[in-house]
Amino acid sequence: MLTPDALEHLRAVADLPDLTGTRYRLVRLLGRGGMATVYLVEDTALGREAALKVISEPDPSGALAARLVGEARLLAHLEHPNLAPVHDVGTLPDGRVYYVMKYVRGERLDAWVARRPPRAVALRLFVKVCEAVAFAHAHAIVHRDLKPENIMVGAFGEALVLDWGVAKRLAGTPVAACTLAAPGVALSGGPVAPGATPAAGIPAGSPTAAGALIGTPAWMAPEQARGEIDRIDARTDVHALGALLHFLLAGTAPFAGTGEAARARVIGEAPPRLVDLVPGLPKPLGAIAARAMAKEPAERYATARELGADVEAFLDGLSVSAYRESLVERGARVLGRTRTLVGLILAYVAVRVLILLLAGR
Amino acid sequence: MSKPVLGMLIGAILGLIDGLSAYAYPGVASMMTSIIIGSTFKGILTGVATGFFAGRLRSLPLGVAAGLAIGFVLSLLVAAISPDPQGRYYYFEIILPGSLVGAIVGYACYRFGRAPRQRTTGTV
Repeated sequence: MLTPDALEHLRAVADLPDLTGTRYRLVRLLGRGGMATVYLVEDTALGREAALKVISEPDPSGALAARLVGEARLLAHLEHPNLAPVHDVGTLPDGRVYYVMKYVRGERLDAWVARRPPRAVALRLFVKVCEAVAFAHAHAIVHRDLKPENIMVGAFGEALVLDWGVAKRLAGTPVAACTLAAPGVALSGGPVAPGATPAAGIPAGSPTAAGALIGTPAWMAPEQARGEIDRIDARTDVHALGALLHFLLAGTAPFAGTGEAARARVIGEAPPRLVDLVPGLPKPLGAIAARAMAKEPAERYATARELGADVEAFLDGLSVSAYRESLVERGARVLGRTRTLVGLILAYVAVRVLILLLAGR
Repeated sequence: MSKPVLGMLIGAILGLIDGLSAYAYPGVASMMTSIIIGSTFKGILTGVATGFFAGRLRSLPLGVAAGLAIGFVLSLLVAAISPDPQGRYYYFEIILPGSLVGAIVGYACYRFGRAPRQRTTGTV
């Protein structure tokens, strides 16, 4: 009798894509999601490694194929240092659609956070994520599934936002700008699938089944969790970015659990106050996360750029828009920002006084 | 505020303090006005030059070192050409604080102030 592990191995071997006729040579499996699998391949023409994403589920209607192609086209239009570039798209001999993108060396954000990076390093990384999302927003694209599993941290501290499979093109975008999916492919939400985490466990994204929950409940904005598709805009991603900021600072997701339980919390509960969870956390940081995760979209930052700019201002020792500081706090902040300069000037005055004392002898 | 302007402001303030400290030397009482003006001018010159370099340097230690060097050279020049009426030179009293002013301005200009805009190259 075969053990579950042996069965899994046999299934994995049977699922290996036949890359005959392509310029890619299979190296190894990188990750498997609900609907797609990502493999490390060698691009034999260019002599470099790449990540090949291919549908791993039956797709009789062709909807998943259309979505995968849509994701590849979307990424091809979003050229940004914090987005993995797409190199190629094609069809395998067995008819499955694939696309090839940059192989990101590094680790997932959740693994990275587990190593407890210094707060300033984590915040700088967060700013990069905000920049990538803001870039997509500038192209009228919302990600809709931002979570630690979809962010890779490179060996040199670079952040890459992955899994744009459930991204949504906002109304008013020129058709030529990007084509997310073929007509008829549902990209909008529907009934909640308990525990739906379409891309969990794989370093690159996977398509979300039509009619399933779009996104991951624990990281969703309330309007997204309620299935209010018409209310989804850039501020929906801002909420997820706020949850990511919370995760980076506290090491835990703001809303625990999965599926329906997490969805209920996102809709009905206020996120825990960061300053209560993290001893000594500067209040402005807690205020930034709280504003980003406000229940009402109108109370959040309007854009990911604004959110990133506020975090950057905090890093630079400047005041942040989300927090009204007292006079004492402002004084302490300015002094903290210029403490070296103040120290140097005091040293100068001390030298001056010393010279005067020596001259007076 | 640009780095040279920031340097000029800090240099002027510290240069003025530097000049005013000459009140402690009765021997130079007759030269007070020129000392204060000269010291302030030296501070401004140090600040502008240091701010100019700070905008082009990519390292804080280099920025501080540049300020220190500029402050040292200018102070040395001033000390060498300005003996008191008795012919006494004040190298130590002028060079030490003058160099320190340069170092402070170098740090401040590197850390704060707006960097000059980078030239961009066109694409073909």
